[in-house]
Amino acid sequence: MPLSQPIIGKAQLKLLEKLCNACAVSGDEGQVRKIVLEEVKPYADDAKVDAMGNVLVTKNGNGKNHHRMPAPVRVMLDAHMDEVGFMLVSEEGDGVFGFQAVGMKPIHLANSDELKRKPSFESLRIDIGPNGKAKPGDWATFATKFKHVGPSIMAKAIDDRIGVATLIELVKNAPSNIDLLAAFTVQEEVGLRGAKVAAYAFDPDLAIAIDSTPAYDIPKHDGTENIVYNTRLGLGPAIYVFNSATIDDPRLVRFLKDTAEAKDIPYQIRQPGGGGTDAGAIQRTRTGVPVVSVSVPGRYAHTPIGLCRVDDWKNTLKLLHAALERITPKLLTEN
Amino acid sequence: MLAAHMDAIGLMVSQIEDCFLRITSVGDVDPRILPGQAVIVHTKNENLPGVIVMPPPRLLLPEEGTGVVDISHLFVDVGLLPSKVASLIRIGDLVSFGAEAVEMSGEIVSGHSLDNRASVAAVTLCIQELQSKSHNWDVWAAATVQEEIDYVGAYTSAFQLRPDLAIAIDVTFAKGPGASGWDTFDLGKGPTFGHGPNIHPFLFKQFKELAERLEIPYETEPMPTSSGTDGMAMQITAEGIPTFVLSIPIRYMHTPVEMVMLKDIQRAGRLLAEFIASLDPDFINTITWDD
Repeated sequence: MPLSQPIIGKAQLKLLEKLCNACAVSGDEGQVRKIVLEEVKPYADDAKVDAMGNVLVTKNGNGKNHHRMPAPVRVMLDAHMDEVGFMLVSEEGDGVFGFQAVGMKPIHLANSDELKRKPSFESLRIDIGPNGKAKPGDWATFATKFKHVGPSIMAKAIDDRIGVATLIELVKNAPSNIDLLAAFTVQEEVGLRGAKVAAYAFDPDLAIAIDSTPAYDIPKHDGTENIVYNTRLGLGPAIYVFNSATIDDPRLVRFLKDTAEAKDIPYQIRQPGGGGTDAGAIQRTRTGVPVVSVSVPGRYAHTPIGLCRVDDWKNTLKLLHAALERITPKLLTEN
Repeated sequence: MLAAHMDAIGLMVSQIEDCFLRITSVGDVDPRILPGQAVIVHTKNENLPGVIVMPPPRLLLPEEGTGVVDISHLFVDVGLLPSKVASLIRIGDLVSFGAEAVEMSGEIVSGHSLDNRASVAAVTLCIQELQSKSHNWDVWAAATVQEEIDYVGAYTSAFQLRPDLAIAIDVTFAKGPGASGWDTFDLGKGPTFGHGPNIHPFLFKQFKELAERLEIPYETEPMPTSSGTDGMAMQITAEGIPTFVLSIPIRYMHTPVEMVMLKDIQRAGRLLAEFIASLDPDFINTITWDD
């Protein structure tokens, strides 16, 4: 039976646009949750929202119907729904709120010392105008609108709406050899908090976190070679091996690399170093879960405008789908 | 002559490096607000969206990690591959802010280049009002160029038009976070009337009396040296021209999120129209010095 292959075309780009333009600062993920539920419900065997607001979607494999076949591997796939942003914490009158963003003195009124100093975070304000209605406790995020330019996407919150969009496509085209357990999680940006309870609930055999990792592939100030690029755009999905939250399971790292090479899909190894994904929380759940992270490389994460390549997204989806199709119980018995 | 400059501050491509554009500023650009801004690169044939990038500390000079990153170390990424960048973009192409204007509640608009499009709008309103008002004087409305460089357009237009009276319409600083000194004015409480060496005191007096008669709120803006407007050029054109400066308060001047209250634009437009309509044919002879 031919399996459905996920693709990234106009409809998928439109969905990513909707996801990126939606506002879902950690703790306030409702807008993205609504889109995810609308998209996955028709395809899911089960879709529910847990106590923290994670969307947990189950798509069962076929193994259960064939008693001679082993039970399908329970594979958890994770993508976080939340994004970085702001919260108003104090009201100063006249539409001006502490904490964060746009308010600064005009260059003409700043003295030469001030112009040399980076404005401190505490000195920034959000101004909604004297007649605007907001109150401390309200969330705020960048107002950037999604753009598709040539080979690239420019948008806010590519981290991790591109993972959410990828996971939606995987749910819609789930291979039947596994139980696909999709966790669209909350609160990744404030400490990998949603993934922890999602992994507990799913109790998976293995897990893959789908995220966006920084690409620092930009020129160095003195023109010398930049050897701390982390990842580079255009080289395909970034497979993690080691970061501050996890040492990725070597069997799963090898499996992803083998899959990419077998299917002729470009990939890169994310330079080992700091940073972390939901995999860090999933790994330490219950008696431990083998994990690996795969990311779409993206420039300028955690700023108003991130930038990534459509081809890297396509290859990430391709690699993940191909890998899922090849998963057998043997994968985890190997050394 | 009414002069409102139509240029705005911006950037220019100074160097192309791989797929990245180095930039330099055109006019007084505050380097602190550039990182992360959406921009538009204006090439010969098309406008390309881009973003201003501040490299992470690991790619900068060690001391720059804590201070303000110099504009020469920032760059613009337009999301295109190097070959496409090389074929589309030329050194010298202009770069403008790309953030779209936002309508906020309470008839407030936030966006880039309100310095000085707010005044272009006010002058337009004035001209519209004059359509249905009788006025003895001829009116020239000039949308001038290159004010942000050195009032360049105001010098040449005033020389060509040789007006009897000149009014510069520009923006001034509204009070806001970090801006509360004597040189700042309330947002939404009317335009300001410049007062100082750039302004003819008789015109200042006329405007004050007119505003009080019409009950249009205004504030007096002390301008001890330069007004920093086209008025500086017009006043010293040819034999010299009696000049007045009317300003609209905006917050966050020279950033992509300048903020104006529409009411202040309407008030400025109406005041200008009423002033022009009030001029007697021999008004010029009444302009005197109270010495």
